[in-house]
Amino acid sequence: MAELTRSYEKYFRQNRLPHLWCPGCGNGIAMKAIVQAIEKQGWTQDNTVIVSGIGCSSRASGYMDFDTLHTAHGRAIPFATGIKLARPELNVVVITGDGDCCAIGGNHFIHGCRRNVDLTVVLFNNAIYGMTGGQASPMTPLGGKATTTPYGSVDRPFDPCHLAKAAGATFVARSTAFHVQHMTDMIAQGMASRGFSFIETQVQCPTSYGRRNKMPSPAEMLKWLQQHAVLKPAWDRLDREKKKAYILDHKFPIGVLHQAKRPELDYDAAYDQVIERAQGVKA
Amino acid sequence: MKSEITIKQARCKGCGICAAFCPKQVLAVSELGKIQVVKGEDCIACGQCELRCPDYAIFVDKLEDMKGATA
Repeated sequence: MAELTRSYEKYFRQNRLPHLWCPGCGNGIAMKAIVQAIEKQGWTQDNTVIVSGIGCSSRASGYMDFDTLHTAHGRAIPFATGIKLARPELNVVVITGDGDCCAIGGNHFIHGCRRNVDLTVVLFNNAIYGMTGGQASPMTPLGGKATTTPYGSVDRPFDPCHLAKAAGATFVARSTAFHVQHMTDMIAQGMASRGFSFIETQVQCPTSYGRRNKMPSPAEMLKWLQQHAVLKPAWDRLDREKKKAYILDHKFPIGVLHQAKRPELDYDAAYDQVIERAQGVKA
Repeated sequence: MKSEITIKQARCKGCGICAAFCPKQVLAVSELGKIQVVKGEDCIACGQCELRCPDYAIFVDKLEDMKGATA
């Protein structure tokens, strides 16, 4: 077995590394942030379950040494909901991609938010379907080139954070692969918060997205993320005009974007109440 | 040299992220597509390379820390 240089490496299946993601892929950075957040939370390999769907991002469950579930395309959240209902004491983390979460599994995603299931959902947003050859995803920016949009995408992209907030998620945050410590902190806060926590991590895909959009170098893509991400407090201080200009310039806020003011009833607690009612116990 | 740089060659894919973010140009990608230390004595142990390595192939330790830990 390979020698462990850092303590978080114990959460990786050493015999599976190096992973098969392309050179410079941001998924590795996000996966490290997740295991560091798990370590920070003091969760163990026995009380944590990693669930993923299909896609580049969802390969992560195969590299992580927990109880892991690699499920059907877009269906990670329903599987995770099942685990959480059967074993509420387990900590369930869902790893999903932009296509997996917002296209194929879009409906499951909004209903997961609506039910407020106590999950931590980490979305690896690389703005493209990387594994299948670079087709445009619902997160490909306007004008972004993909194999299916050789002259630039005409579809407006989703803002998954707005979607999650509107659908009822109780913790919504965003970070990027450049801001590694910030990303770790956002994921850890999401894990600590009870209810549906959603963290969007913007990661670079140099092979399928960057190469077609004049950013072939992974380091250049990271620098783009550095230049275009604005911390939430600074974003909030912007006046209307400035904010408009920033949005036109493809800038976006990072940080905790939404947090429920009061603790809301999560799916497990709601179901406990149903069980009590069904058994005739008066509350 | 203030630091010790550990490179796990088998994991490195030569993407060059660490070299691009190194403030002292300590690292460079070799002809074989692997990262190598070219100016080790300039390393300030800032850890920028380790932080963003997507392949967990490079680790930096401050040497003072290591002495403190073993003493």
